[in-house]
Amino acid sequence: MNTEAVKAIYRAEMRRTRNTLLQSIATPVISTALYFVVFGSAIGSRIQSVNDVPYGAFIVPGLMMLSILTQSISNASFGIFFPKFTGTIYEVMSAPISFLEILLGYVGAAATKSMILGVLILITATFFVDLRIAHPFWMLSFFLLTCISFSLFGFIIGLWADNFEKLQLIPSLVITPLVFLGGSFYSIDMLPEFWQKVSLFNPVLYLISGFRWSFFEVSDVSMGFSLAMILLFLLTCIVVVGVMFRTGYKLKP
Amino acid sequence: MDNAKPIVSIRGLAKTYAGGHQALKGIDLDIREGEILALLGPNGAGKTTLISLICGLVSPSAGTVTVAGHDIIKDYRKTRELIGLVPQELTLGAFEKVGNTVLFSRGLYGKAPNAAFIDDLLAELSLSDKKDNMVQQLSGGMKRRVLIAKALSHEPRVLFLDEPTAGVDVELRKDMWAIVERLRQSGVTIILTTHYIEEAEEIADRVGVISGGELLELEDKSTLMAKLGKKQLVIELKNAVDTVPEQLSEYGLELSANGSKLTYTFDARQERTGMTALLTSLSQAGLAVKDLNTSQSSLEDIFVDIVKADA
Ligand SMILES: Nc1ncnc2c1ncn2[C@@H]1O[C@H](COP(=O)(O)OP(=O)(O)OP(=O)(O)O)[C@@H](O)[C@H]1O
Ligand SMILES: [Mg+2]
Repeated sequence: MNTEAVKAIYRAEMRRTRNTLLQSIATPVISTALYFVVFGSAIGSRIQSVNDVPYGAFIVPGLMMLSILTQSISNASFGIFFPKFTGTIYEVMSAPISFLEILLGYVGAAATKSMILGVLILITATFFVDLRIAHPFWMLSFFLLTCISFSLFGFIIGLWADNFEKLQLIPSLVITPLVFLGGSFYSIDMLPEFWQKVSLFNPVLYLISGFRWSFFEVSDVSMGFSLAMILLFLLTCIVVVGVMFRTGYKLKP
Repeated sequence: MDNAKPIVSIRGLAKTYAGGHQALKGIDLDIREGEILALLGPNGAGKTTLISLICGLVSPSAGTVTVAGHDIIKDYRKTRELIGLVPQELTLGAFEKVGNTVLFSRGLYGKAPNAAFIDDLLAELSLSDKKDNMVQQLSGGMKRRVLIAKALSHEPRVLFLDEPTAGVDVELRKDMWAIVERLRQSGVTIILTTHYIEEAEEIADRVGVISGGELLELEDKSTLMAKLGKKQLVIELKNAVDTVPEQLSEYGLELSANGSKLTYTFDARQERTGMTALLTSLSQAGLAVKDLNTSQSSLEDIFVDIVKADA
């Protein structure tokens, strides 16, 4: 195991964040605060509670997921896309590193950033609402699993994308809609029956639902099923990225 | 040096890119430990492809490469640890400091940070005062220095320099050759590619000529230089002749253009070129000269010669 290489990549990636601290950390915190003002206060004053959970608190898990998902993807995809774009990837590709080590470095750093972000959002949220976490262990598990698997997913996008447009394509066309329609700001039984059925095809729903259950013990679908979904997603990403590396996908002519 | 066992051994190495272009057509090459090998070749010859294959940046279509006896694919960790690469393009990340990016390279190759070593390396490349500068703010020549520092950061035993002197001023060239000399003395094997024969002449022990994906020639520098030293004198005659007159036979002249041109080939490195004697002999033989032209065989000619001989 080339641990020095993992450390080198990880540190370089974390340095990159420090250079763009404002963008990486401040932006999501500010937007979270805005969500609370708009959804929590303005709309929340009309929706008293969802499943006995005050609306302001109800949206916290969804908000965290929203930020973690989008930031994991954008951090990890950019992290690998940028060296590909500038050509500096040659160094990583010619170094004595296995694909697992490359993953640990890049995905590890992206996941770390998402974790820091998630914690910041949680802290920001406590300024607006009273929070209780019913199952801290499960909450942490969902949190970590999501950070890791979506960073991995972002890494795949970064490998696949050969221009900036493609890099933005999946996050904006697929992820953002899925997250918004995944019950971030509502429970799906607030939807007409038909749309409830449609929502069940949205994988992000299971994530948010499981995560919310770990906070408030209320959920749209069973918690076990949520956990299985995220694990399945993680496994799929690992397999895909493994195949990509093995075939030198878009990295080795 | 001749008996030294090869540090890099290449057998039947071929590469056909996805588009169907065959960039390398079965290269066999042994690189001796401690030597400086210059690879000469025109644009698109396959020099960068060859280097990229050895470094693991391109997957081979056929053939094998071993470095210090290890296969570059099966034992990639062992072989890559030994190799340093300075790429042809100035590829450097944007938002990084010089010192950090060099440390990063060292880490990638599995070596623990060593501040003293890195400081010495930066000093040698006149980069000490640039350590905290962002790489994107450096000039092109400075960037190349940083790339060299990165390639040397893990103390490689085999160093590939892909066109190290493209766009480089005299000073950096001198610095670079000084470093190459220092590395050679410490036993590092160096492979560099270039378009310039003078460059090969300056520092290489052996010169390989690549063209159209084939290694056409691989010779000690002195042998190739002798070839390069050839000059030709073309004599245009006022009146065409049928044969070269008997008394001129010692000059080995070639007759062309229906007997109106004589070509004399000589070694420009020799003190006595025999030109004056030839001209005297010409007038003695009663041949009137209309015009004279000398030409030195260029790298281009050598390529052509080698390719012709190969066909
Ligand atoms: N990634 C690639 N995909 C397809 N073709 C490629 C690729 N890289 C190089 N080639 C082709 O392979 C041939 C050899 O290229 P290579 O870069 O090895 O030449 P070179 O000798 O380094 O040339 P130069 O002196 O211009 O650097 C060229 O015809 C080039 O167009
Ligand atoms: Mg080249």
